Amino acid sequence: MAQRVSVDISRRNGNSDDGARSCPGCRELLLPTDLSGNSMVCPHCGHHFRMSARQRIDLLADTGTWNEISGNLRSADPLEFFDLLPYPDRLEEAQYDTGLSEAILTGRAKMHKIDIVLAAMDFSFMGGSMGSVVGERFWRATEEALETRFPLVVVCASGGARMQEGILSLVQMAKTTCAVELLSEVPVPFIAVLTHPTTGGVLASFATLADVVVAEPAAFLSFTGPRIIEQTIKEKLPEDFGLAESHMKHGQVDLIVPRLELKDRLVQILGMLEGGVACALKPVWEEKTGLAGRGGALTQALNRIKAFANASRRPPQG
Amino acid sequence: MPTLPGVHLKDEIAKISHRLMELGRGRHLDKAVWDKIELARHPKRPYTLDYIDHMFAGFTELHGDRCYGDDAAIVGGLAAYQGRTLMVIGHQKGRDLASRTVRNFGMPRPEGYRKAQRLMKLADKFGIPVLTLVDTPGAHPGIAAEERGQGSAIAHTLLCMAKLDVPTVAVIIGEGGSGGALALALADRVLMLENSVYSVITPEACAAILWKDSGEAQLAAQTLRMTSVDLTELEVIDGTLPEPRGGAHRDHAAAARVVKEALEDKLRELETMTPQQRKKERFEKFRRMGVWKENGLTLF
Repeated sequence: MAQRVSVDISRRNGNSDDGARSCPGCRELLLPTDLSGNSMVCPHCGHHFRMSARQRIDLLADTGTWNEISGNLRSADPLEFFDLLPYPDRLEEAQYDTGLSEAILTGRAKMHKIDIVLAAMDFSFMGGSMGSVVGERFWRATEEALETRFPLVVVCASGGARMQEGILSLVQMAKTTCAVELLSEVPVPFIAVLTHPTTGGVLASFATLADVVVAEPAAFLSFTGPRIIEQTIKEKLPEDFGLAESHMKHGQVDLIVPRLELKDRLVQILGMLEGGVACALKPVWEEKTGLAGRGGALTQALNRIKAFANASRRPPQG
Repeated sequence: MPTLPGVHLKDEIAKISHRLMELGRGRHLDKAVWDKIELARHPKRPYTLDYIDHMFAGFTELHGDRCYGDDAAIVGGLAAYQGRTLMVIGHQKGRDLASRTVRNFGMPRPEGYRKAQRLMKLADKFGIPVLTLVDTPGAHPGIAAEERGQGSAIAHTLLCMAKLDVPTVAVIIGEGGSGGALALALADRVLMLENSVYSVITPEACAAILWKDSGEAQLAAQTLRMTSVDLTELEVIDGTLPEPRGGAHRDHAAAARVVKEALEDKLRELETMTPQQRKKERFEKFRRMGVWKENGLTLF
C-alpha cells in the first residue's frame, strides 16, 4: 500500500508534474496512487486530504449503485454578477476543472446493500458554495428520501453561500431548513458528515440539523471564516481552532469517524436507528427474508427486534 | 479558461473584460445604492427598542437562553397590542460607545439565537403571533461564539421559525447582514423598510474576497443587489414599507407608524388561514426561492 519514494524534497516544492506532493501532516512525499488507493488518507500519518464528490461517492456507495437525481439542474445568473470575471465564466471554469455540474451531487445509492439517498458536496467547485442549484438539489434529495423512506446521508464540504448569487444564495439556508423540517415529518434518518471544511451557510443550516452529526478528523468547522475572526479579535487563533476535535470537546458534534471506517460506521448508525420502533425504514431483516408486510403487530415488532440485533451484530464489510 | 504554460494573461484578461462589461452594460456606480447603505447604518436610525416604544402600549422584556447567558444583541418579549399580545424579537444596536459595547454592535452570539428560539416556542405554546425586527451586520465572529455553536444556533433558529404554528412577520428595519439576519427572517411575511438593505455578505467583505480590494465596496454593493427594490424583483421579500422623508432617522414615530400599519395588515391576512395553511404557504414560498435552469443533455 505505502509506496515509499526517495526523492530530493528540496527540488520538489509542493505539487510537481507527476502529481507527487508532500503530506502536510508528516511531510512524507506521496504519489497520487498512494492517496487514491487509500481514500485520500496519508498512509503514514493518517492525514485526511480533501476528497472530490465523485471520490466520496466511490467511497460510500456500493460499486455500480450510484444513480444520480436532478443532475440536469444548472445555475443561472440572475444577478448578472461579475467581479473580476463574469459568473457564467466562473461556473464554466469550475465545470471544466472539476468535471462536475455543480457543487453538490445527489442521487440514490446502496451502502452495504442498504438503500440510501446520498448527497456529496465538492469543495473544489467554487469552494463548495451553496447557490440556488445546491439548495434545489438538496430539496429534491429530501423529497426523494421522504417518498422512498430511504435514509438521507449528506457529505458536506463548503465555504458557505455563493456570493455570486447574492441574496438568493442566502435564502437557500432557509430553503434547506424547510426541507429538513419536511423530512422530519416521518422518522427517516438523516445523517450529515462534516468534512474539511464545512463553514458558513451550510454549517448554519442543514449540516447541523441532521439527526446524527458525524465529523471527519481535523475537519475545519466554523460559521465565520478564520480570517474575519482574526481581524475582529486582532490576535492569532489557537492552533486547534475550529477543528472537529475542538468541536467534539465543546459538544457540537456527535462523533468523529476516520474516513477508512466511515462507511461501516454510517451503516452501523443507520442500523441502530432502524431498530427504533417508530422508524419509518423497512428493517433490513425484512428485506433479507422477504417477510415484509406479513403478520400483525407482534410479528412486526419481532422483526424490528431482529433487525436491531442483526444490525448491531453485523460485522464490518467491504 | 485553459492557459498555456508560461503565459499569465489571466489577470489581465480579467481586468480588461471587467472594464469592457462595465462599459458594455453601461454600469457605472449608482450613488443611490450606497446612500441607502449609509441610511441603513445611520447612527440615529430607530432600532428595535425604539420601534417597540412607539408601537406598543406595554412591553415586558424576557431575558436569557436558559443554557448559558443573556445576549443583549437580541431583545425579545411580550408586547401589548390592540387588546392582545405579540411576541416581539429583534436585533438591538447601541447608540453610544457604552451601549454599543453592551449590545455588541447588534452582532448576536449563540445565546441570543437560543433566547430567540425559546421565546418563539413560548409564543407558539400560547398562540401569540411573532414579530421579528432584523437589524444586524451579522452574527458575532469570535472564538467562544464558534465553540458554543454559532452555526448550529442559527440553523436551529431557522428550524424553529419553520416549525411555528402562529403567524410570523419579519421586518428588516436596517441592516440585514447574512445568516445572522436570516435566522430571524424565515417568516410568513418578510417586509423591508425602504432604506434598509439585506445581503448575503457585507459589501466590504465581498469586495475584499472577490475584487481582492475592499475599496471596491460600492461596486460590490451594487453588484450584490441588496436594496428593497432588488429584493422585490428577486421575489425574496413580500413588500416594501415607505419611510418618512429623508429616512427613518428623521422621524422615529412616523417610521413606527408605518411598521405598525403593515403589521396590522399582514396579521389580518395571516389570521384568516389555519396553521397548516400558513405552514404550507411558508414552505412553498421558500421552496420557490432561487433561480436555476433545467437542461436536457449537457456536457457536464
